[in-house]
Amino acid sequence: MAKSLALIASKGTLDWAYPPFILASTAAALDYEVQIFFTFYGLALLKKDLSDLRVSPLGNPAMPMPVPMPNLLQMLPGMENMATMMMKQKIADKGVASIEDLRTACLESSVKLIACQMTVDLFDFKPSDFIEGIEFGGAATFFQFAGESDVNLFI
Amino acid sequence: MEFDKEVDASGLNCPLPILRCKKGLSDMASGQTLKVISTDPGSVKDFNAFCVQTGHQLLQLDVDENSFVFYIKKRPD
Repeated sequence: MAKSLALIASKGTLDWAYPPFILASTAAALDYEVQIFFTFYGLALLKKDLSDLRVSPLGNPAMPMPVPMPNLLQMLPGMENMATMMMKQKIADKGVASIEDLRTACLESSVKLIACQMTVDLFDFKPSDFIEGIEFGGAATFFQFAGESDVNLFI
Repeated sequence: MEFDKEVDASGLNCPLPILRCKKGLSDMASGQTLKVISTDPGSVKDFNAFCVQTGHQLLQLDVDENSFVFYIKKRPD
């Protein structure tokens, strides 16, 4: 029987968008059955428009910067946009997939994407904010699959 | 080495070479051979792991200074 992978995606920044989609698409390529449950800020990864995803150097001391930069400067307006632009450039230069491409790969390989209904309501998101082909559900929905899964990860 | 289809994943990084390989295999018949070209050094370990887990057979790996070329035989249905 095929193995299965259950992921919780709880973060909505450009850098943290990668782990769930990389693991899910790869597991699907390895014939795993895969579900990702998107909750809280992870819901940002299901939006139609992913261009809003940002990476913040602030409070992120491990992020490699061309020149060392104190937090006091990183908080200035425009710094986050600059860091995001630099990160996107690096992603393209190194042949790393875009988040859109990885998400499409997930959808094409039948990875099930579930939006947490409670957080959708909490943040006043509309179903039309999200891409087609996703489902909505709660914690019990997650456990129905996760309880039977070989691998469970919280990201 | 003879092959039935080629996928060029040059310049792509993890996990794209594996995803392209999987896609390439999807419309091939059992027993046919897929050639995959990759420039990602991590793909050597990953393609081994891919084949061990999926049952496809890694027939040959050619390494030169710029690339890794995998020949993968599709598993029986």
